[in-house]
Amino acid sequence: MTEATVRAEPPAEELGAPPEAWFGLRRYAVTAAFLAPAFILLGVWVVYPAVYTIIRSFYGQAGGDFVGIDNYKALFTTPAITTAIKNNAIWVAVVPATITAIGLVFAVLIEKISWSLAFKTAVFMPMAISLFAAGVIWRIMDRQEPGIGAVNAVIGSVHDAIRPPGALSDALTSTPNETGSPSQGIVLKTPLQPGKSVALVGLTGIPPEQVPAGSVQAVTPPAKAGSITGVVWRDFKPGGGVPGKVEQGEVGLPNVTVFLRDASGKKVGTATTEANGTFAFTDLDQGTYRAGIDPATFKKPFGGVSWLGSKLITPSIMIAYIWVWAGFSMVVIAAGLSAIPRDTLEAARTDGASEWQVFRRVTVPLLAPVLTVVFITMVINVLKVFDIVLSVAPESSQAEANVIALAMWRTAFPQSDFGLGSAIAVFLFILVIPVLLLNIRRFRREA
Amino acid sequence: MRYRVSAFTLAALAAALVAAFSVGGAGAGHQAVSGKVSMIGIWTATEQQSIQAVIAGFHKKFPGVTVSYTSAGNDTPTVLKTRLAGGKPPDVAAVGQPSLVREFAQKGQLKPLTFAQGVVRANYGPNGIALGSVKGKLYGLFFKAANKSTVWYNVKAFKDAGVQPPKTWPQLLAAAKTIRGSGLPAYAIAGAEGWTLTDLFENIYLRTAGPVKYDQLTDHKIKWTDPSVKKALTLMAQVTGDTQNIPGGTSGALQTGFPQSVDQVLSKSPKAAMVIEGDFVPGVATTKGLKPMVDYNMFPFPSINGSAPAVVTGGDTVVMFKDSPAARAFITYLASPAASTIWAKRGGFTSPNKKVPLSAYSDALTRRSAAALVAAKISRFDLSDLEPAAFGATTGQGEWKILQDFLKDKNVNGTASALESSAAKAFK
Repeated sequence: MTEATVRAEPPAEELGAPPEAWFGLRRYAVTAAFLAPAFILLGVWVVYPAVYTIIRSFYGQAGGDFVGIDNYKALFTTPAITTAIKNNAIWVAVVPATITAIGLVFAVLIEKISWSLAFKTAVFMPMAISLFAAGVIWRIMDRQEPGIGAVNAVIGSVHDAIRPPGALSDALTSTPNETGSPSQGIVLKTPLQPGKSVALVGLTGIPPEQVPAGSVQAVTPPAKAGSITGVVWRDFKPGGGVPGKVEQGEVGLPNVTVFLRDASGKKVGTATTEANGTFAFTDLDQGTYRAGIDPATFKKPFGGVSWLGSKLITPSIMIAYIWVWAGFSMVVIAAGLSAIPRDTLEAARTDGASEWQVFRRVTVPLLAPVLTVVFITMVINVLKVFDIVLSVAPESSQAEANVIALAMWRTAFPQSDFGLGSAIAVFLFILVIPVLLLNIRRFRREA
Repeated sequence: MRYRVSAFTLAALAAALVAAFSVGGAGAGHQAVSGKVSMIGIWTATEQQSIQAVIAGFHKKFPGVTVSYTSAGNDTPTVLKTRLAGGKPPDVAAVGQPSLVREFAQKGQLKPLTFAQGVVRANYGPNGIALGSVKGKLYGLFFKAANKSTVWYNVKAFKDAGVQPPKTWPQLLAAAKTIRGSGLPAYAIAGAEGWTLTDLFENIYLRTAGPVKYDQLTDHKIKWTDPSVKKALTLMAQVTGDTQNIPGGTSGALQTGFPQSVDQVLSKSPKAAMVIEGDFVPGVATTKGLKPMVDYNMFPFPSINGSAPAVVTGGDTVVMFKDSPAARAFITYLASPAASTIWAKRGGFTSPNKKVPLSAYSDALTRRSAAALVAAKISRFDLSDLEPAAFGATTGQGEWKILQDFLKDKNVNGTASALESSAAKAFK
């Protein structure tokens, strides 16, 4: 505004100088007329609410009772808010620096490639999406079930290729006589003796579609001299049936590998089940043996990393946030990079500096002002982070992912505690002020 | 907590209008009332269309009165509070939390509904009247109810496992075990949304501790560390802690939202056999063309240790901020069976009004849940909706969060004391 008024002066003088006082008044009126709309708008929507928020923060929930600084004390004693403050501190410590660093690396690297425009466009693209929508995308990608979440699907396909899941991954033991668990392999508790015992290994929890093709009604094999016989079968029929008993309508489980250990625990043989679930170990010496099924049969497919669970939720949100903002950082830094005098870099190279040294000692120092802009902008943004937390974190882990702005909103609206909500807002404002001042001082210096 | 989505098939609007006509008593004196009534309410989407149909029924009887309805959805408390702070409340409002009715009444912001007392006494049971009363004075009309004591199951899954709908708690656990044996997890649990867990807890608590303790716990007259709470939590863990019987286990449950939990059960290829939630479940299912009774069905929440039929209800209450003959006429109309019948025929609605005939409900399952609601010996409103929001209705804290943690850690004592300290803070 000042600038505009200064420029307006010379023609006014040419018109033949009016009286000083009148001129001053007119100039004042014109200035005021131009400023008025902005002042009114700022007054109604910024100054008044801000001042009222500060006043409100000294009153209680209902609004009529002055409570002094109680709300500010509550800031540091309410667990939900202290978690939020802690999380915001982690955000400020990690995110702005990471975004600036990634932007710098991208900006320097794209200078060297021929398809830089395509790369720039791809990295910048997330900026075109609203932060909330980006959060929704990541919420789906981070889902635990590999069938839904893209991130776990990728990890899962690698995992399952290296360690393939077992044929009966959902199975459970049907009687207490079977010990161990599917993850450690199932072993029958009762010792077996050749010619006397029959090993009954009943399994439940197998969905009909997981029953191997070609399986038929299970049968209990007779005991045979010198041998241990047994059956592995789906110990379930509608209604449950009698656990541990082979009944009509229950099918055998073929192609299951059963092992046999002797009394000392040494594996003495393996057998594979038939279509009716039966198996047999023959030519055994007298003694006691134990039969069991290898854990590999029950190996579960990759269940997924719980990205959205309470432990990993903050890093997951940060990744989404960095994904969005890396493009901004890259473009701004790339612009700064193109303004660097090339001869300085050339001079350094001529003097025998390696590329790394050029980057460290020349490029980065010359870029420092741009890096500062990016860094400070990100610090301010990160302090106010809100919508992406709300959209990435499922409700069950929002307490762990809480940030100051979210805590403010939750306190003020669903709980209608406008006093404490205002106090959180003022606190957030106070946190942003030093960074803003830093930014303003830098603007002044540049001007 | 409410879940506001329309439920069940919609009956024809024509049928609703016929019902409106068929109600007698529209005396000539009614026409003399004229004026405007503004209403703000939580009903959105299909529910908004239904209240508009009710308003149309009212307009037939009182042509001189115009009722304008504005929906504020889940933001209704905030909208009403800001309107009150600005001195411009609507004439009438529909709110989902009885605690809000209490709060407004205690601040003197509501007008008592003494004029409608006769009609309300004649048409509603004592529980419905008590919900709308503050210190013995009637301030709210409990208009729309939800029966939260229902369990919805996939018929084919039950048939494959060969189990019958359980009537008692041990039968429920046994059925769940058998269903798991058949290869399908028994329970779909919407752990990502804390309110579904509070509903489960409340159903167990009402049956194990009884209505007297339920009321005491509601008002925080007994502590959450009471043995009765721990007992209910222990039973709850038998379901929510049965990790092999939940799709994705407990950590999967914590990422499952309510609509997803419904889809896990009400589906052609189910991922779980049953979902324990209120009568609004079918309205949420995204699979179209599923037939009630054939593809999915419902049984009342099982009895525990021989408890009498009990219902945890949710629902919406109509209150009056500004008194006028027009507003009085409208509220009196809403208290009549005619008004509720219009909505009942449209579906997604259970009326606490005893005079609404069961034949008004559009399908057999709604009729069954409505009958259970009216017939229940013991009926109590959703406990968490009666609590201060900081404890009973805020994502990431209070009951919602603590029960989500309980889903994971199954620590009964720790959960009880966490609930107590959170409640103590909110009731301060």
